Amino acid sequence: MMQGRLHSIETMGLVDGPGIRTIFFLQGCPLRCAYCHNPDSQSMFSQKHISPEEVLKTASKYKVYYNRTGGGVTFSGGEPLLQGEFLVETLKLLKENGFNTAIDTSGYGDSKYYDDILKYTDVVLLDIKHFDSPGYKALTGKPMNGFYEFASKLDSFKGKVWIRHVMVPGLTDNETAINKLFHEIAPLAHIIEKIEVLPYHKMGLEKYEKLGMTYTMADVEEMNEDKAKYYENLLNSMLLEEKEEVLARKNII
Amino acid sequence: MENWQGFNKGNWTEKVDVRNFIQLNYTPYTGDESFLADSTSKTKQLWNKAEAMIKEEIQTGKVDIDTDRFSSIAGYEPGYLDKNNELVVGYQTDAPLKRIVNPYGGYRMVHDSLEAYGFEMNKELESSFNAFRKTHNQGVFDAYTDEMKAARSVGLLTGLPDAYGRGRIIGDYRRVALYGIDFLKAEKIKDRQNLKGHACAATIQLREDISEQIRALDDIKAMAAAYGYDISKPAKNAQEAVQFLYFGYLAAIKENNGAAMSLGRNTAFLDIYIERDMKAGILTEMQAQELMDQFVIKLRMVRHLRTPDYNDLFAGDPNWITESIGGMGEDNRTLVTKTAYRFLHTLTTLTPAPEPNMTVLWSENLPEAFKKYCSRMSIETGSIQYENDDIMKPIYGDDYAIACCVSAMRVGKEMQFFGARTNLGKALLYAINGGVDELKKAKNGRPIKLIEGVNAITGDVLSYDEVKENLDKVMEYLAELYVDTMNTIHYMHDKYAYEKGQMALHDSKVHRYMAFGVAGISIVADSLSAIKYAKVKPIRDEHGIAIDFEIEGDFPKYGNDDDRVDQIAVDVVTKFSNELKKTPTYRDAEHTLSVLTITSNVVYGKKTGSTPDGRKAGEPFAPGANPMHGRDENGALASLNSVAKLPYCEVCQDGISNTFSIIPSALGKQESERINNLVGIMDGYFAQKAFHLNVNVLDRSLLIDAMENPDKYPTLTIRVSGYAVHFNRLTKEQKLEVINRTFHKSA
Repeated sequence: MMQGRLHSIETMGLVDGPGIRTIFFLQGCPLRCAYCHNPDSQSMFSQKHISPEEVLKTASKYKVYYNRTGGGVTFSGGEPLLQGEFLVETLKLLKENGFNTAIDTSGYGDSKYYDDILKYTDVVLLDIKHFDSPGYKALTGKPMNGFYEFASKLDSFKGKVWIRHVMVPGLTDNETAINKLFHEIAPLAHIIEKIEVLPYHKMGLEKYEKLGMTYTMADVEEMNEDKAKYYENLLNSMLLEEKEEVLARKNII
Repeated sequence: MENWQGFNKGNWTEKVDVRNFIQLNYTPYTGDESFLADSTSKTKQLWNKAEAMIKEEIQTGKVDIDTDRFSSIAGYEPGYLDKNNELVVGYQTDAPLKRIVNPYGGYRMVHDSLEAYGFEMNKELESSFNAFRKTHNQGVFDAYTDEMKAARSVGLLTGLPDAYGRGRIIGDYRRVALYGIDFLKAEKIKDRQNLKGHACAATIQLREDISEQIRALDDIKAMAAAYGYDISKPAKNAQEAVQFLYFGYLAAIKENNGAAMSLGRNTAFLDIYIERDMKAGILTEMQAQELMDQFVIKLRMVRHLRTPDYNDLFAGDPNWITESIGGMGEDNRTLVTKTAYRFLHTLTTLTPAPEPNMTVLWSENLPEAFKKYCSRMSIETGSIQYENDDIMKPIYGDDYAIACCVSAMRVGKEMQFFGARTNLGKALLYAINGGVDELKKAKNGRPIKLIEGVNAITGDVLSYDEVKENLDKVMEYLAELYVDTMNTIHYMHDKYAYEKGQMALHDSKVHRYMAFGVAGISIVADSLSAIKYAKVKPIRDEHGIAIDFEIEGDFPKYGNDDDRVDQIAVDVVTKFSNELKKTPTYRDAEHTLSVLTITSNVVYGKKTGSTPDGRKAGEPFAPGANPMHGRDENGALASLNSVAKLPYCEVCQDGISNTFSIIPSALGKQESERINNLVGIMDGYFAQKAFHLNVNVLDRSLLIDAMENPDKYPTLTIRVSGYAVHFNRLTKEQKLEVINRTFHKSA
């Protein structure tokens, strides 16, 4: 029987996709983001496993909550794309049973499953870590090409995309960086519903201590929430402008 | 009748039938809150004075007491705070916040309370009373058996209303406004005349009851007259309707000091008067709000004299002035009116506060706008609780109200005999220890055996079947003893402290519930689950009593939507409920059961040894039907779903309390998202026949800050099990327990 590696389940997710959602945090991630607040979900080793049928069974218990808010099921992590085969099968099963589905991803996984995954996904929460490859690598340990590969698949995606970006003081909290960041996602503007800027916080710090891991960003201050909000608004107004331009271009053609 | 002009006539004009009046005359409202008005300058001035007094009372801990008389409906001179600005008048005594001495429940409570606050009763009054008058408490102890006393003393049966007023009775205060006293009195006289038949005990008692009620009606009239109001005839406008209704309630809280003195279900009723005055052009929206504001100010100033011990059980000077709001009618029109909004709006026009205990009767079919408004007010004020109208309406119809936290009854037609609760966590330890108390020892140091016929479990590892079998025996014994104890208490309460004023505002023949309760259900469920699915080894003392437990391995825990353990909880409450029903009750009351602790979960914990679920001796229980702190690991919906499995209808039909705390940022990013998500959570929860939800939207860090800097948060209101309380008024242990509860947040 097919099994996914599971970190944990949050039955009341209200910020990871539309409406009330059950979040399945899958175990294992190829990135090592310096600020990762779930370092315990990075390792590929997992004690808990779950089958697609069990995901469906759990989700069914909460359908009554999803119904009135347009909610559903979100796969987060870790990096859900790493478990492509499991993800395809589970998403397919959920869609067959009428559930709204979302994946919360950095875009790093096994590319041969991407088309099938996107076929059964309603919302992609796409995390963009940085605007260029050197910066990306410095932050996550991996170059940015993986992200590009996944993002290119979204051209023909029929669902919605929410862009997310964790803003760290000194890295992307300036207008130049914001412009560059937007440039990277602008080709997807037509399917992006919103952009969220998540201010960097240190709430994961305790977990590092517990796991005996070193937290390399201990000296970096938490991101000012108002400033993050300002850049989020800026990005969303850029998005709106871009959408209008795309629309205008279409009309000319 | 002139004062009824403009109302549609019906059955209600011939005999007392408030529901019929409401149904024929009210205007459902499905719009939003945009019509609401701000408070008037009169209200602002009055509230400033009132709030200053309330804050001072909280900060100094000092109270005022009238020690020159004993409680009665008409025995106090009128009192005012700011006569020129008071649109609704009347305090319990001749001054606001001055407390009444009510000796009828028991004199020791009076004595201890007075002493605690540095007061002395008028000597002559005190000695005469004690020489010539027997109290409820004395009556009960004359008739208690040794077994009852023992169960009470070890804390198997706790919080019994045997030394103070039982409360939980709701007079139909609307009757005073709709009919006036003369009509009500004439009806009571007819009822007494029509009570034919031999003078058997039941009939004699009822005849005496009705005569007492008639006397009380005269007293209510006299009390109102002292304030310059003639309430012999029906109220003729909205201001009088509010005032007359309040006089009815005021009589109740002058005469009685029950723990819960609830208000009923009044907003649709009052809305009819407000609508009539507005149509006649004699009332504006601002004036309508002013009436509600001023009514609510009075409710916030209700006080009773309590002992400091009482505060350990029920913290924060609560009165459970529960007002039931909204719900749906039997004809599927909503009972939400503009006045439902106006009543809730007092949380904005005044400041958020614990009283009155705002209770929204939630139905899937409530107007969307109203659901959203309630949700917004919960997020902003944390002052609302929700109860499931869709499961209560089929049982009680559409004119019921909640007494105290979760007890439903038809207004004016039903009452309940309040019965506190039994400690199921302790009962489980009795099952393991062979009917012996795990903490309390006799004077000679030997263990106390309360229950015969239950053998102590002696194995190194607890066997599920053995423990379960013993627990059944303990519950059988306890249920029978509990009913007998309650019968004794309520017989004596009727005899020595009968609530004649409240009962005068009921039908003469009422249906009675006898409301039993359990505490510690999550502990029992988790303990049995640990015994079944993990390995539990008792650690025994020299008497063979299990004083601690070693647990090897993991086990399913209540609060994670896991049927393996949730079903254990369901089976335990069902078994206990069935057992209770086997013993007949005083006055043929119907047995009901609640899963509710209020804040007493802290005290129950103190009085209970270590339990097999890993909880250590003395640690608090979870409140009500909540999962134990921090054990609900799969998020809020799993936790809610577990609680939703406990059956209300026929089993826990006196209510199942669940308190839910969530941090604001987890509820959504935008305000509109938060509102919609909270509505979605409640719709989903209640659709599964769940019964009750207290909603707190706040950060744990805020509470920690409030604990360290109380002055920064003079009126911070939070919901505990079944009521709201000023956080500052909790004891330190209660504050810590609240802080340690599960705060749901998204990862």
